Amino acid sequence: MDSRDRVVGKSVKRVDAFAKVTGRAMYTDDLCTRDAYIAKIVHATIANGKVLLVDTSEAEKIPGVVKIITCFDVPKNYFPTAGHPWSTDPAHQDVADRLLLTDRVRFYGDDVAAVIAEDEIAAAQAVRAVKVEYEEYPFVLDAQEAMKDGAPQIHEKYPNNILGHTTVRRGDYAEAIKEPGLIEVEGWYETPTVQHCHIENFICYAKEETDGRITVVASTQIPHIVRRIVGQALGIPWGKVRLVKPYIGGGFGNKQDALYEPLCAYLCTQAGGRLVKLDVSREETFVSNRVRHGIRTHLISYLRKDGTLVARKIECFSNQGAYASHGHGIVAKGLNAYPQLYPCENIEGDAYTVFTNKSVAGAMRGYGIPQAMFACESHTDDIARTLGVSPIQFRRDHLMPVGYVDGFSKNCNYFDTFNQCMDKGIAAIDYDRKRKEYENQTGDIRRGIGMACFWYNTAVWPISLETSSCRMVLNQDGSIQLQVGETEIGQGADTVYAQMAADTLGIPFESVHTISTQDTDLTPFGTGAYASRQTYTAGFSIHQTAELLRARILDHAHELTRMPAEILDIVDGEIVRTTDGQDLMTLGELATEALYSLDHSEHLTAESTYQIKSNAYSFGCTFAEVEVDIPACRAQVLNVVNVHDCGKLINPALAEAQVHGGMSMGIGFGLSEILLFDEKTGKPLNNNLLDYKLSTTMDHPHLEAQFVENFEPTSVYGTKSLGEPPTCSVAPAIRNAILQATGVGIDTLPLRPHTLFDTFCEAGLIKK
Amino acid sequence: MTNKQYKLVTCTINGKEVQNMVDVRASLTDMLRNDYQLTSVKKGCEVGECGACNVIIDGECFNSCIYLAAWADGKNIRTLESLMGPDGELADIQQAFIDEAAVQCGFCTPGFIMSAVEILESGKEYTRPELRKLLSGHLCRCTGYENILNAVEKTMYQRLGKEWTKPVIN
Amino acid sequence: MYDMKAFYEAVSVPHAIQLLQEHPEAQIIAGGSDVLVQMREGKRAGVELVSIYGLDELRGVTLEENGTIRIGSLTSFSHITKDPVIQKYINVLGEAVDKVGGPQIRNIGTIGGNTCNGVTSADSAATLHAWDAIVEVTGPEGVRHIPIHDFYIRAKVVDLRPAEIQTAILLPKESYGGYFGHYIKYGMRNAMEIATLGCSVNVKLSEDKKTAEDVRIAFGVAGPVPMRTPAAEAVLRGREYSEDLIRATADAVLQDINPRDSWRAGKAFREHMAEVMTERALRESIRLAGGDLS
Repeated sequence: MDSRDRVVGKSVKRVDAFAKVTGRAMYTDDLCTRDAYIAKIVHATIANGKVLLVDTSEAEKIPGVVKIITCFDVPKNYFPTAGHPWSTDPAHQDVADRLLLTDRVRFYGDDVAAVIAEDEIAAAQAVRAVKVEYEEYPFVLDAQEAMKDGAPQIHEKYPNNILGHTTVRRGDYAEAIKEPGLIEVEGWYETPTVQHCHIENFICYAKEETDGRITVVASTQIPHIVRRIVGQALGIPWGKVRLVKPYIGGGFGNKQDALYEPLCAYLCTQAGGRLVKLDVSREETFVSNRVRHGIRTHLISYLRKDGTLVARKIECFSNQGAYASHGHGIVAKGLNAYPQLYPCENIEGDAYTVFTNKSVAGAMRGYGIPQAMFACESHTDDIARTLGVSPIQFRRDHLMPVGYVDGFSKNCNYFDTFNQCMDKGIAAIDYDRKRKEYENQTGDIRRGIGMACFWYNTAVWPISLETSSCRMVLNQDGSIQLQVGETEIGQGADTVYAQMAADTLGIPFESVHTISTQDTDLTPFGTGAYASRQTYTAGFSIHQTAELLRARILDHAHELTRMPAEILDIVDGEIVRTTDGQDLMTLGELATEALYSLDHSEHLTAESTYQIKSNAYSFGCTFAEVEVDIPACRAQVLNVVNVHDCGKLINPALAEAQVHGGMSMGIGFGLSEILLFDEKTGKPLNNNLLDYKLSTTMDHPHLEAQFVENFEPTSVYGTKSLGEPPTCSVAPAIRNAILQATGVGIDTLPLRPHTLFDTFCEAGLIKK
Repeated sequence: MTNKQYKLVTCTINGKEVQNMVDVRASLTDMLRNDYQLTSVKKGCEVGECGACNVIIDGECFNSCIYLAAWADGKNIRTLESLMGPDGELADIQQAFIDEAAVQCGFCTPGFIMSAVEILESGKEYTRPELRKLLSGHLCRCTGYENILNAVEKTMYQRLGKEWTKPVIN
Repeated sequence: MYDMKAFYEAVSVPHAIQLLQEHPEAQIIAGGSDVLVQMREGKRAGVELVSIYGLDELRGVTLEENGTIRIGSLTSFSHITKDPVIQKYINVLGEAVDKVGGPQIRNIGTIGGNTCNGVTSADSAATLHAWDAIVEVTGPEGVRHIPIHDFYIRAKVVDLRPAEIQTAILLPKESYGGYFGHYIKYGMRNAMEIATLGCSVNVKLSEDKKTAEDVRIAFGVAGPVPMRTPAAEAVLRGREYSEDLIRATADAVLQDINPRDSWRAGKAFREHMAEVMTERALRESIRLAGGDLS
């Protein structure tokens, strides 16, 4: 075992890189044949109300229009869309509040009717020609406004529009704050509605197969889940649906929802089972897919002069938009981070998820934690400033201590991760020197340096099911096909799966062929890519399945070599006698013999399911150095470094690349991104890539990613989450750097010029 | 049935002269994807904001989504598919994208590589900020652009016969 | 696929004029980066198009005998930036159009299209105003020359009569000789950006470099159309410049401009930025002209 040249831990090249740099990688639209009917959706042009009438008469006259389906035609099967594992317990099932098309409009961009046409121009013309008459209701865009009595009621079953309310109660907050001499620090922190902006918009196509089943090919992170939801939405047995997920052009959580797969499948059934493609535009992707929850957080902390956190109040108001999607899970996760990150004996925490007439909020990279960390870590710097201590020292003294165990998840802070990460960050960015240098600046252009930590965990246990299934099939040449349900969405999952399988099985990395496409007819059950879970969860089933296959291979080797299986091993694709290190035969020879033997023929395969009942903390921090041009109301990031402890790195180069992407998204969240809605109409204002300010190549400094590698004990491969964590602490680090530069803490994201102008005027830095 | 208008478009695509009757309503993206199966040309926004459909026309980069197919007549067009050698060998820039882990979901990759080709064919040496500007017509959500810049910069240095080292934090 | 009724391709300027006369409802398309986007939005869906994109005679920059710089209307932004005549005499124009969108947009976008769409945010417009450019249009009645200021009638409407096309932008020698300028584009990001505000300034200094013999300040997005700022220019013109006078000039800009309050940016913010940008662009222009502000 030890003599093996292990591939886990090596920066091997991505298994899909060749396909992607040559243009051979096929994405959904590349696979759809040109005879497809084109479907387009008629979206609501009011924010709240009821459809009285859909007049399709003019639209139907347009040559090439095949059929128009309105909200009055679709079955009334309410279905949930969230990409969560199904729960057989009705109490834990996701809220089923969507219809394929709806006559009860709840946001500007809701789905009212759909057109099927022979080509995209006819479809677009028909969409413009469909006339919809509405009865308009008053609407509400702000979560706290929506909670007020008398606010427009968006869903019948949810008084005051509250979809969820959870609490954290520890000790006695009201009593604790009476202690004399306590220092009170209070703040309101607000994060915006932002969108995932994967470069491939959502797209899917559906057709009826010869056996009457419906195949849907979709750009999704969660094929097995979407198969279930298509079945639920259409009211057909789930086995009648086949979901295929080819390469996808990014997801970031937006595609961790059933988006338009159910509608497309339904339209296919309404077009005689013919091939129907539903290609969503960028404008629709912004508005009618999912967005990140905007969350407003109110924090009050009571501290002793020595910095002891005596009591803390946390109130979070999460803007759900019009439908439940992932719902309360996002802000609930955020709320639970506070008492773990900074333990405190007296806590009064409340988190509300509130329906509004905005675009629907769902999962997005970080799942509530970027919002929570902006509030928490901005507040931490406010505390340090009030106490007159260094932000680093305050964190060293008060962050979750080593050995801390969370009662619910049973996660343990095994190592001194926070200090290790902060130390690396301090060294990388030369924090101490710069912090000192940037004290007490004056003038128009000032620099500052700041930092923030983050809390994260891995996968969804114990809130939801965690399960992974894996299949391995041995080929005649000693290579294997590897299949899991956890999808490749750009993060590099297929590559690390191959690395883990190669090591455990004892075959070369090149001998593992990861089947990238998930096809619910062929791929073992797995819930997909989300919660930064793929490497962690698939690691268990890959390890288990590789061990099963290895045992079968060695049993067969025993038959062929007459050596006891106990002294046989597979090393680099050879059957090896461990007692003397002698190569007995290649795995290819064994596999060929096994398959074609007239004596004992056997197809050597293995398949197994692993239910994961553990979770793992994944921590780290961001350090950011900014230059603020005060008159120009602009903050520029000069240097930024993220440090992560995600356990052992399976592939350092890919891990680093993941961190770059997360940091980039964090910079956008911090400085420029916000999806705006017109207060007068509820209409989205900037739902395109020109007006929505995604960072370009010219908006970033060099992105530095560093790691602390503490082997995660719950994982066979010592790994834990990395996909989402890099997005979590960037925005507060930038905010805290601006605080050092200007003395002004800005508590509303993004820190774009509009906000800086208002704040600097208020603070007297700009004289009006 | 309305009468459709077509134009005979003769052009060179990836080194080969081709001819086809093109629906005048088609964008160059439509033509390359549908008539010539050049699916490296991706659709990300259809209004020239993301750069996923970028191709080289007569030596300069264009977003093919906002370029009419009818204008392609007489032009020399290159897509990502043109880069591979006759025996399947990768171009240096393709290899650099692999080696520098500049590829994640892969959807922006073809467009980026074609801009890199134009940059590299200039034979000039650019600074990192200049490269950032030259690549700024492409959006990527996966990579933070870091490794893409590395891949392009590394290939540029290679072609100039110079040593390249990865940038580090200041 | 673009929803168009018919597509006509001009092979010469007279042919373009003829096509426009035959199809009076037709929309002219040059590079298409605005027109095609609007068609896709549905705003111009179903139009007839007259394409002038193929008219190579309208491409390129030339220095005429009398010193006039002639920029063919179909010259792309990137070609303007790279052009040696532009670089030598009016580099700021090359810099300004180098801030349009991104590289691919600068390869397709034309200076004619940028001005004919009549939008206030066009990156070329402020600089062309600041340099007193002349617009050449050609139509059934022949050629007309229009000062750029008059070419813009109101938001999205320019002085193009039926069947006329813009054929060149002209910069007479007296407009640029001895002038040095700087353009600042204010946007929310550093590329792929529409200007929140654009400020183009140029100055002509006296021989001893102490007096601003002439100063021209122009803005985009400070009103419905690009504009000059006569009140502010008068503060500095003909006077010995100083930090105080530059600030006074910048303050005076508010008498000239009228930016709107929109979700893209508030009026107060744009006004503040107009002052800051005037000040900075003036300082840089004076520096480029060989002046000394230290």
